[in-house]
Amino acid sequence: MALWDRLREGLRRTRQGLGDRIRTLWTGGKEGAALFDDLEAVLYEADLGPQLVEAVLSELRRTVGGGARGGADEVLQAVYQILVAHLPSPRDPWRLPPTPPAVWLVVGVNGTGKTTTAAKMAYALRQQGRTVCLGAADTFRAAAVEQLEVWGQRLGVEVIRQGSGADPAAVAFDTAQAAAARGLHAAIIDTAGRLHNKAQLMEELKKVARVVGKAVAGAPHRVWLVLDATTGQNGLAQARVFTEAVAVDGIVLTKLDGTAKGGVALAIYETLGVPVELVGVGEGPEDLLPFDPDRYVAAILGRSGPGEWV
Amino acid sequence: MFEALTEKLQATFRRLRSRGRLTEADVREALRDVRMALLEADVNFKVVKDFLARVEARAVGQEVLASLTPEQEVIRAVRDELIALLGERPERLKLAATPPTVIYLVGLQGSGKTTTAAKVARWLVNQGHRPLLVAADVTRPAAVDQLQRLAQTIGVAVWSQPESPAVEVVRGAYQRSRQVAADVIVVDTAGRLHIDPALMEELRRMEAVLPAHERLLVVDAMTGQDAVRVAETFAQAVPLTGFVLTKLDGDARGGAALSIRAVTGLPVKFMATGEKLDALEVFQPDRLASRILGMGDVLSLIERAEAALDRQDSERLAQRLDAGDFTLEEFKALIAQVKRMGPLSKLVDLLPQMGPLQKVKGQIDDRSLVRVEAILNSMTRAELRRPDIINGSRRRRIALGSGTTVQEVNRLLRQYEEMRKLMRQWKGMKKRNAKAPRFPLPPFPNL
Ligand SMILES: Nc1nc2c(ncn2[C@@H]2O[C@H](COP(=O)(O)OP(=O)(O)OP(=O)(O)O)[C@@H](O)[C@H]2O)c(=O)[nH]1
Ligand SMILES: [Mg+2]
Repeated sequence: MALWDRLREGLRRTRQGLGDRIRTLWTGGKEGAALFDDLEAVLYEADLGPQLVEAVLSELRRTVGGGARGGADEVLQAVYQILVAHLPSPRDPWRLPPTPPAVWLVVGVNGTGKTTTAAKMAYALRQQGRTVCLGAADTFRAAAVEQLEVWGQRLGVEVIRQGSGADPAAVAFDTAQAAAARGLHAAIIDTAGRLHNKAQLMEELKKVARVVGKAVAGAPHRVWLVLDATTGQNGLAQARVFTEAVAVDGIVLTKLDGTAKGGVALAIYETLGVPVELVGVGEGPEDLLPFDPDRYVAAILGRSGPGEWV
Repeated sequence: MFEALTEKLQATFRRLRSRGRLTEADVREALRDVRMALLEADVNFKVVKDFLARVEARAVGQEVLASLTPEQEVIRAVRDELIALLGERPERLKLAATPPTVIYLVGLQGSGKTTTAAKVARWLVNQGHRPLLVAADVTRPAAVDQLQRLAQTIGVAVWSQPESPAVEVVRGAYQRSRQVAADVIVVDTAGRLHIDPALMEELRRMEAVLPAHERLLVVDAMTGQDAVRVAETFAQAVPLTGFVLTKLDGDARGGAALSIRAVTGLPVKFMATGEKLDALEVFQPDRLASRILGMGDVLSLIERAEAALDRQDSERLAQRLDAGDFTLEEFKALIAQVKRMGPLSKLVDLLPQMGPLQKVKGQIDDRSLVRVEAILNSMTRAELRRPDIINGSRRRRIALGSGTTVQEVNRLLRQYEEMRKLMRQWKGMKKRNAKAPRFPLPPFPNL
C-alpha cells in the first residue's frame, strides 16, 4: 500500500490535487455555471473524454443542483461517488482456474508496457507461491525476446522462446504446453505490440489465442490488454478492437506513476464492460498492484481516501 | 464513434439554414461540433478553448454568413487556424556549422525513441549524411541490443558501452564519431517520467559531456491531455528544440501535437508512420490538420500520386484510354503505376479517417498486388490484348505459371471487367462534359 502513497505523492508533487482545485474554485466565489466549467476542465484533463465528462456533469447537476446549493465538500463527495460508480468493483486479479496451468495472454499496442507487465505478473504469482513460466511470443520487434529473457534471469523464471522471426503462435503453443508438462500453475505469454487498425496483425493475434487452446483446454484463461495511462481517447478504439479480436477480459493500466490518469479506462468500462484489474506504478517487478476504484479516484482527486469527505 | 467533422458540420448547417437566414449564434452552434471533434482528437481542453475563440472571431464575420456555403467557410477558418497553430511550413533539422551535429531523442517510456533514433539515422543517410547511433538507454532491458540490431539493418555505425552509465556512454560516443567520420550523432536515451528529477538531471549531465544541437521530444500520437504537462516539464528541464510524433499509422488523430505546439511553441519536425525503418516523414502541418479534423489526407494522396506517376507514362496511358478500349494491357500499366505510389496499405491510411472507406483499411494486403502482377506477367500478349480469349485451360495455365490459383485469376478478371465498365462510364462522362478530368487517379484493385 505504500506504493499508493508514492503514487499520490507523485501527484501532489506535480500539481495541486483536483480536490484542492475544486475547493479553491468553490471558496473563490465562483458559482453555478462557472464552477461547472472549471470542473469540466478538470475532468477532461483526466482523459475521461467528452461523452463521459458530460454524463458525469449532468449527474452531478442532478445531485447537487446547478451549483446553487451545497458547499465544496458536498460537491467533492458527489463527484467522488459518481466516478466510483463508473468503475468496476475490485476483484482478485490473481484468481486462477481450478485445473492448472492458467494461460494468460498479454496484448496491446506498441510500447504500453506489455513485456514489463508480463514480467511483473510472473513476479507477483511467484511471490504468492505459484509456479510460472513466460512465453516470448513477440518475435517481431528487434531484441524483444532478449528483453523478456533479461527479466526471466532477473526473476529466476523460465522463458520459453524460439528464434526471432519465429511464428508467434508456435511460441505461444510451446509455452502453454511447457507449463502443462512441467505442472506449473501459470504461463504468461508476452505478445508483440500491434496497432489495432492493422487487420493482418490482429488476425495473427487471433491465431495465437486459438492455438494455445489446442495446447491447454480452456486457454487462454485471461487476455490482458495493457493500456498506457497517457493514452487519450484512442484507448477506447484500442479496447474495442482488441476485445472483438481476442475477448480481452481485463485491463492493466500502466504508467500511473506519471501525471496521466488514464481516465479513458472509465469510458472503456462504460461502453465495453471490460474492467481495469491491475495498475502499473513503476518499472520495478513489484510495481504492479490490484486495481482499487476508491484509491484510484482518490488518486485522481489528489485526496487520500473517501473517509476524508464522506 | 463520430462521423467526419465535415459531414457533421454540413448536417448542422443544413438544419440551421432550414430556419431561414444564418445568424452569428448559428455559427457558434456549429462550432460546438468543432469543439467536440477537437476534444475527441485529444487536443488539450484549454488549447481547444483558446483555439475556438480565435476561430469564432473569424467565422462570425459578415462574409461567412453571407456566403452560399458557410460550412465550407467555417471549415476553412478552422483548418487555416489549425495550420497556423501547427506551423505554416515544415521545419528542418538544424545542423551544426561544424560537425558533428548532436541530436538527443528524449521522452516518456514506450513513446518510440529507439525505433525513431534508427529512423532518423536512416533518413540522414538518405540525405547524404554519415550518422552514428548511440545506445544511451542503459535502463530498459535489451534496449542496447535493439538499437544495435536496427543499426545493423540500416547499415549505420552504432556506439554502445555495456554496463556503463549513460553519461559515460555519450563521452565515448564523441570519440567514436571521429573514428568513423560521422557528421551527425543520434543519441537514444532511456524513457523517463518528466516528474523524475534525478533522470532529468542525468540528461543535463549527459549534455555537459556531449552538448546537443537538437533535443527532440518523442511523443506518441495516442497521447491524451497529459501531453501538455509532459512537454512543458521536459522543456523546462532541457531546452527542447522540437518534437517527433510517432505511431501515426494508428488511427489516433494526434491532437496531442496541437496541444504541445500551442503550449511550447516548438515545431514538430518529423512524423513516424510505421514500424519499418523508412516510415519517417518530415512533418507536414496541413496534413496533420486534416487528420485532426477527420477530413482525411487527400492532399498527400494527390501529391504522392503526382510524384509517383511518370508524366509521360500517364500521358501515353491516357491517350490509349481515350483512343481505344481498356484492355488488360492498360490494366497492367495502371497496376504498375499504383505500385510505384508506395505500399497500398499506406495510401489507404491517407484517406479520410472516419468515412466509408475506413472499413477497407487494414484489409489491404500489399502482397495481393504482387500476386496480381504475377498473374498479368503470366499472360501472353494476345491474352492481354484480347481478354475474351482467356478460357478455362488458359486460366489454369496462367494460374500455374504465376504460382496462384484459378480462383485468383478469375477474381482478377472480374476486377478488370468492373474497371472496364467504370472506364466506359468515365469516357461517356467526358464526351458530355469536356471539363471532366483528363485522367482519373488510378483506381485501386480490391477497393
Ligand atoms: N514509469 C513506468 N514505466 C513503465 C511502466 N510499465 C512499463 N514501463 C516502461 O515502459 C517502457 C516500455 O515497456 P515495455 O514493457 O517494453 O512495453 P511493450 O508494450 O512490451 O513494448 P513493445 O513490445 O515494444 O510494444 C519500458 O521502459 C518500461 O520500463 C509503468 O507502470 N511505469
Ligand atoms: Mg514488448
